[in-house]
Amino acid sequence: MTTLLYIVGILVVAAAASWLFRAALIAVLPRPGKLLFRTMPLVASFGLLMIIIYVSAALFAPVIAPYGEAEVFDKFNALPGDDPRFLLGTDQIGRDLLTRLIYGGRNTIGIAFLTTVLAFLLGAIAGFLAATVGGWLDQLLSRTVDALMAIPQLIFALLLITIFGQSTINMILVIAVLDSTRVFRLSRAVAGNIVVMDYIEAAKLRGEGLGYLIFREILPNATPPLIAEFGMRFCFVFLLIAALSFLGLGIQPPLADWGSMVRDLSQFINYAVFAPLTASLPLMAAGAIALLTVSVNFVVDWMLHRASGLKE
Amino acid sequence: MSGFGFDLLRLIAKRLGLGLITLFVVSLIIFLAVNLLPGDFAQEILGQGATEEAVAAIRRELGLDQPMVQRYLSWLGGALQGDFGTSFGNKRPVAELLGQRFLNTLFLAGVAAAIAVPLAVGLGVLAALYRNSVFDRVANVATLTSISSPEFFLAYILILFLAVVNPVFDSLSNVSPDLDFWTRLQRTMLPALTLTLVVTAHMMRMTRAAIINLLASPYIEMARLKGVSPARVIVHHALPNALAPIINVIALNLAYLITGVVVVEVVFVYPGVGQLFVDSVKIRDIPIVQACCLIFAATYILLNLTADVLSILSNPRLRHPK
Repeated sequence: MTTLLYIVGILVVAAAASWLFRAALIAVLPRPGKLLFRTMPLVASFGLLMIIIYVSAALFAPVIAPYGEAEVFDKFNALPGDDPRFLLGTDQIGRDLLTRLIYGGRNTIGIAFLTTVLAFLLGAIAGFLAATVGGWLDQLLSRTVDALMAIPQLIFALLLITIFGQSTINMILVIAVLDSTRVFRLSRAVAGNIVVMDYIEAAKLRGEGLGYLIFREILPNATPPLIAEFGMRFCFVFLLIAALSFLGLGIQPPLADWGSMVRDLSQFINYAVFAPLTASLPLMAAGAIALLTVSVNFVVDWMLHRASGLKE
Repeated sequence: MSGFGFDLLRLIAKRLGLGLITLFVVSLIIFLAVNLLPGDFAQEILGQGATEEAVAAIRRELGLDQPMVQRYLSWLGGALQGDFGTSFGNKRPVAELLGQRFLNTLFLAGVAAAIAVPLAVGLGVLAALYRNSVFDRVANVATLTSISSPEFFLAYILILFLAVVNPVFDSLSNVSPDLDFWTRLQRTMLPALTLTLVVTAHMMRMTRAAIINLLASPYIEMARLKGVSPARVIVHHALPNALAPIINVIALNLAYLITGVVVVEVVFVYPGVGQLFVDSVKIRDIPIVQACCLIFAATYILLNLTADVLSILSNPRLRHPK
């Protein structure tokens, strides 16, 4: 019963916060922004608010966190409430868990963002090239991507990590390459519709080079679908990295990250009956992952809905 | 009429052929990826301080001194007969390690699918029929949340409520072959429920989208305009055409179970292929990793192939490609 009350309370607070946030955006922004945000659903407003909070927490982690990322204290395995110096307690080698949680967000989000950017650079350039040049290059790239996509992503990632060894850099590169296949498919399809336009023909007749065609003619026209896709890909990459780290094969210590925190703290869940705060430690890290992903999804959902709004 | 059945058979044979080619390419990728790596397993197994003779001996034992084409053919030939070589770690045949685990994983996936498929299709159809209602909106937010959560988050939430606070199920799935069906089901329930949550969300959203897409087509509007009752519109006009997309959605999401199974098995220490896979990746036990990859990839391809064939069979228009 109390759990239900808590859930309702949280929902009400979240709704109020997102409503205030939307009202504030409408009040502060100039006219085009006002029009955009006036029709924003509450869920999307909540997502946007959460994304802003996460990003600022990640950027200002050194200021917010009480201690340094790898600072070790003489008091290890402290439970929440044991010691006023450590609000959420310490881990098995004496690092402050609150600090680890904040830095974990910074690392997990930062690495996922970097990986997505890499995947986009790789996938979009290859996709645009395939669409513009066509012919054997298109065939080669497309068939390679087909073959790579025939193996489920997590399985392939695990295979490649076995081969290249476990390290954070390897994981970033492996996921970026695997995820770029999905970006390739989309950007090739989008660019395919653009290269048949008259202005591309005109640019070709003017004698513009390949670089000009891709970056000055195709890219500006392909940006909107790619931005929505970026949000979706970020979610996938973020979840994949969290899953790999949870399995112990992703982000490696001493870097803090949410996935491996969940694994390390998971046995505390058995104390739920007599120490609820301790038991919620692994859920905090896992919930933080879920909350960010769902927020991004809410915003992307709204953007896609806006883009397709005229059709319905 | 005689050409009709022949056409259909030829089309299906073509799909099956394509599936076989894909399987072959995938096996090639798995084999080559491992063999193109810098360095050498023999060196890897023995470590830095190994003598030249010891490395050469191991290399001979594993057949690494033979040409690559020959190695690939013997690996593939063995795999087709259920022989995946011997594990580097404990020197036991990989097939022996995999056998029981594969059955366990199939059981887990089967239980999850048995709950998820009827639930997701039912809810998806309801959400599509009552779209933009309160039910649809709540379902939309709930499924998005479920999709966005990592599998282990859902797993621990379920453990918290169904194993720790209310001890209905066990938090560790201690499954062995000698258990009777109901005990086994009871111990498999929590991982199966976790998988169900993830897959149902995906499947329901896709079912909803497929049905809405269908309901927007002109012939449905025509049926409505001529005064056909809503129930008849759905049963008679919409469902026969919705079958193909729904079959596709189900097969796609069952393929998604493959990825989910890996993480979920680790959380619940369920003795399946996924857990063995992750453990082998950690100690770089290449033969096991290759075998697991091949099994997962083959299942994935077969599911997609089944979806293809079933949708050809259920949709007359696909039988006549232009």
